[in-house]
Amino acid sequence: MSKTVTVGISDLNVVKAPDTLVTYALGSCVGICMYDPVTKVAGLSHIMLPSSSLTGSDPKQAMRFANTAIPMLLKKMESAGAQRPRIKAKIAGGAQMFSSTGNSAISNIGQRNIAAVKQALATLRIPIIADDTGKNYGRTLYLTAEDGVMRIKSVNRGEWTY
Amino acid sequence: MDYEKMDSLQIDVLREIGNIGSGNAATSLSEFLSCPVNIGVPSVQILDYDQVVEALGGPETMMVGLLLQLEDDIKGMIMFLLHKEFAHMALSALMGDMYNSFDEMDEISASAMQEVGNIMAASYVNAIADMTGLSINISVPSICMDMAGAIVSVPAVYYADISDKIIFIGDDFVRDDSHHAANFNSHILMIPESDSLEKIMTSLGIEI
Repeated sequence: MSKTVTVGISDLNVVKAPDTLVTYALGSCVGICMYDPVTKVAGLSHIMLPSSSLTGSDPKQAMRFANTAIPMLLKKMESAGAQRPRIKAKIAGGAQMFSSTGNSAISNIGQRNIAAVKQALATLRIPIIADDTGKNYGRTLYLTAEDGVMRIKSVNRGEWTY
Repeated sequence: MDYEKMDSLQIDVLREIGNIGSGNAATSLSEFLSCPVNIGVPSVQILDYDQVVEALGGPETMMVGLLLQLEDDIKGMIMFLLHKEFAHMALSALMGDMYNSFDEMDEISASAMQEVGNIMAASYVNAIADMTGLSINISVPSICMDMAGAIVSVPAVYYADISDKIIFIGDDFVRDDSHHAANFNSHILMIPESDSLEKIMTSLGIEI
């Protein structure tokens, strides 16, 4: 029996085939899918903010930021048997939900999240093979560990896969 | 001031702001829609992000969100959330025959909804201003129709470093005109910055 594991906001998790990971309603947050096709280990992180200068070791805080959550996800995948050279990433989210709020800190947060995620993955030398980021709508994201497919669902635009 | 350490007196203040604001909102809606609008006792709760999303019916519930910023003496955000049915009712009452459906949000429907958001937000903001004597301005509302989780994540992300608590007010309105009575509920999220929350409390003579 395969099960579906939910990843909340500022959360991350790792599963193996035949299980599936899901994170609901990404707005300006970014969902990072990482996958090793040989061991079929899949990881998903849902980050809220770009980076933390905090050096504290509170794992709940670390899962909130792109620059701390992504290395943490990689470590967790490696402990589950994934090999770093085989891991590739697919990313989605980082939308601008509200246009013209007159507050650039709100309008830009999605773009800043996307940039921080790309930076964090580049630092770890993990290639991004699919990118469904930006624009102005919310996304629910599924990652199936059987085949590494990322499925995106939106309320206004239907569903599609990468 | 920490939302998590509020005592029952302080929460009662927020509840009272919610009660007065909801009363104002019913009056304003009634004028705006030109029909009687009654309101039940609002629920006022302090919730975190996940609880707010659950209270709205789950992360993928389709909703209309209107986001306004609070400026001047009080800084923060206020968000008005309503289901499509509420938007549909408001637009058909406002626009009559001109209105078809809310499936496609065109410019006219969007600006009418922004006006509803403005009225609703002003009802609560005026409640705070009247009680405290503080001066509060609200920005032009920005609108979004999408998943509840994605909409609510906007203030949650913005205030992530400060607090993950949100003042959540649920309202049940009854539109009661000669043709039919209909129930609609809506939700207000109030997120005053923590020193603004302090200002509200101290101006009411409450020790913090």
